[in-house]
Amino acid sequence: MPIISRGFGGRRPSGDHELPPGQYETFDFPVLSAGPTPHVPLDEWEFTIGTETGTEYRWSWDDLMALPAETPTVDLHCVTKWSKFDTEWRGVSLDVLFEDVESAADFTLVHSYGGYSTNLPLEDLLDGKAWIAYGYGGGELPPEHGGPARLLVPHLYFWKSAKWVRGIRLGLEDEPGFWESAGYHDYGDPWREQRYQGD
Amino acid sequence: MAGAAVPGRLGGRLRWHTAELVERRAESATAATLVFDVDGWPGHLAGQHVDVRLTAEDGYSAQRSYSVASASGGERVELTVQRVADGEVSPYLAEEMAPGDLAELRGPVGGWFVWRTEQTEPVLLVAGGSGLVPLMSMVRTRRAAGSRVPFRLLYSVRGPADRLYAGELARADPGLDVTLLYTRTAPDGLPREPGRLTPEDLVQYGWPADFEPTCYVCGPTGFVEKAATYLVMLGHAPERVRTERFGPTGG
Ligand SMILES: Cc1cc2nc3c(=O)[nH]c(=O)nc-3n(C[C@H](O)[C@H](O)[C@H](O)COP(=O)(O)OP(=O)(O)OC[C@H]3O[C@@H](n4cnc5c(N)ncnc54)[C@H](O)[C@@H]3O)c2cc1C
Repeated sequence: MPIISRGFGGRRPSGDHELPPGQYETFDFPVLSAGPTPHVPLDEWEFTIGTETGTEYRWSWDDLMALPAETPTVDLHCVTKWSKFDTEWRGVSLDVLFEDVESAADFTLVHSYGGYSTNLPLEDLLDGKAWIAYGYGGGELPPEHGGPARLLVPHLYFWKSAKWVRGIRLGLEDEPGFWESAGYHDYGDPWREQRYQGD
Repeated sequence: MAGAAVPGRLGGRLRWHTAELVERRAESATAATLVFDVDGWPGHLAGQHVDVRLTAEDGYSAQRSYSVASASGGERVELTVQRVADGEVSPYLAEEMAPGDLAELRGPVGGWFVWRTEQTEPVLLVAGGSGLVPLMSMVRTRRAAGSRVPFRLLYSVRGPADRLYAGELARADPGLDVTLLYTRTAPDGLPREPGRLTPEDLVQYGWPADFEPTCYVCGPTGFVEKAATYLVMLGHAPERVRTERFGPTGG
């Protein structure tokens, strides 16, 4: 039961499936990567969360599979202008992975197998907004789309949803990732068209 | 219930707490302070903010961030909300919400834009408009702790009617120097012409860079951008200039 704020009206969105400014709808699933697709054997795969004090939390592939999964259906918005509606995923909510992590940090730097990285405010990974996804469209997540596992943060441009995710480092200061160092926007909200620095 | 259990487990920080409005005070013609009683509030540090979620009768909801105005350590959460014309959330908070009404609140958030009572270096606070709110929490926390750390506050505001916490900041607080920088209309008899913050203001009313103060700058994005650039230009080390931006939603 949501808590109702008496007398609050709010502003409603006009319909389902509104496109963010400058975006068009696509029905296929384009692939964009900064480099070659890395391949990680599942028995060597691991995911870590490191805090600002140096504590590390680790999950093996089996650990990840043992955690409760969710099946979010979300819209994707890529900075290259395509949007894809109602994509179906399977993965573990980051709320589950962060549950017992002790930290006062505000910022995260996500890093991937293959060397890719991207930064996000911690708040944007919490409260049901982000997943470590390993299933797509009812099957496994294909390697070119980030398999075995990728970050999924649908409310930001899709470059924030790091493919081949390997870990998240918490920090007291914001530190740009791969595209952010290359002139892309630090935050990347598609609804405000934050594509590049200065947008 | 008491305490400043920060840093805390993120599992607790990310939970939405039910908050009941228990008191409201007008702060200016367009801003109000709201005092919430928050079920299970873990306490906060001066400078941290909370996310507020409002839900309408039909389930539609909206969220915004608000800095905590009260001193750290308290059990209640005080927010000061400046009404933004055409805003979705702030007009409701600043004008309509009444004691007994409920909202949801999550936090505290923020581990960088904070002042801790253990800090001993001089402090420069630079506020633009409602950016004063988290800095006021630092002023109040300093006072409540009996700290003798020297603070200087530069507060840029349109005119006398827009001032937040006018009465409280006019009272003597040993070791705290307050300078008002009016941008549009100033009361008679002030030496400074109304106008936006300049590097000279920071030289005249701030701290010299070689005193190595920690600087906290908060306000609208443009104001913060300028003030922080001036401070670095004046020789303050970038890592000692901490900023918080009250831009539009989501920023
Ligand atoms: C960390 C953080 C702490 C904050 N603390 C406070 C606080 O202590 N007190 C406070 O009053 N606000 C604070 N804010 C700003 C607050 O979160 C909202 O953005 C603000 O109340 C406007 O929300 P709204 O729903 O009324 O307006 P919206 O519906 O979001 O916006 C309506 C219009 O107003 C513009 N707008 C939005 N925000 C502002 C703004 N701040 N100033 C000028 N124009 C704006 C928008 O561009 C838009 O055109 C804080 C923001 C952040 C990120």
